[in-house]
Amino acid sequence: MAKSLLIISRQSPWSGPGAREALDIVLAGGAFDLPIGLLFLDDGVLQLAAGQNAKALQQKDLSANLQALPMFGVEELFYCAESAHARGLGQLSLDEAQPLATDQITALIDRYDQVITL
Amino acid sequence: MAAVSLIEFIMKFAIALFSAAHAPSSRRALLFAQAALAGGHEIVRLFFYQGAVFNASDAVVTPQDELDLPKQWRAFINDKQLDGVVCIAAALRRGVLNEEEAKRYQRDAISLSAPWELSGLGQLHDAVQDADRLVCFGGA
Repeated sequence: MAKSLLIISRQSPWSGPGAREALDIVLAGGAFDLPIGLLFLDDGVLQLAAGQNAKALQQKDLSANLQALPMFGVEELFYCAESAHARGLGQLSLDEAQPLATDQITALIDRYDQVITL
Repeated sequence: MAAVSLIEFIMKFAIALFSAAHAPSSRRALLFAQAALAGGHEIVRLFFYQGAVFNASDAVVTPQDELDLPKQWRAFINDKQLDGVVCIAAALRRGVLNEEEAKRYQRDAISLSAPWELSGLGQLHDAVQDADRLVCFGGA
């Protein structure tokens, strides 16, 4: 059986290529049909903020790639409820992502064979 | 009391590095890799992603009285015949090119050569599947 991998994405979307590069690991895993999960934590939840204007920053829009995750076979999508709350995020742009409390995050990390935090 | 040998518990490690050559975590990654082999364990692959691509750059010039980590990685990988893979997308974005990619993108600067290999993220997933443990250094 394939080993499961959890990616914990902690970078805000516009602070450099970090968020995109974390997402690329997830997409590659999905392309290989591997059991892969993605957790948005700390500033990583900002990737889910609705109404981002990537064009104003002369950047490519990351949220379109995020929307495509379920199509790439990545359905285990989570975000830290506390991180979102602390940053005043209300409506998020990714309906499929489930909010998790801190103790649920502990259990989530336990559930995966390997973890990468980026 | 019988001595307990670590060799009885041989582990296959995949090592992923995310930080540039001058970061402390890059030095720790090398020390960990050396210790893993010294303890009789196996390293299935070293995977260099994000800023870690600079560990593989031939263009890094370290002051003489400082630790030359790119040189040490190269010697270690050569000496132990390890699989040192650098993510191609991360490397191109940061200007670390081997001869083939320099030719492809019509650049004069070649800053990556054997034993380093440029390849895709599939190599990271492959190593994760193959290893008992993935150990990451220099992530967020």
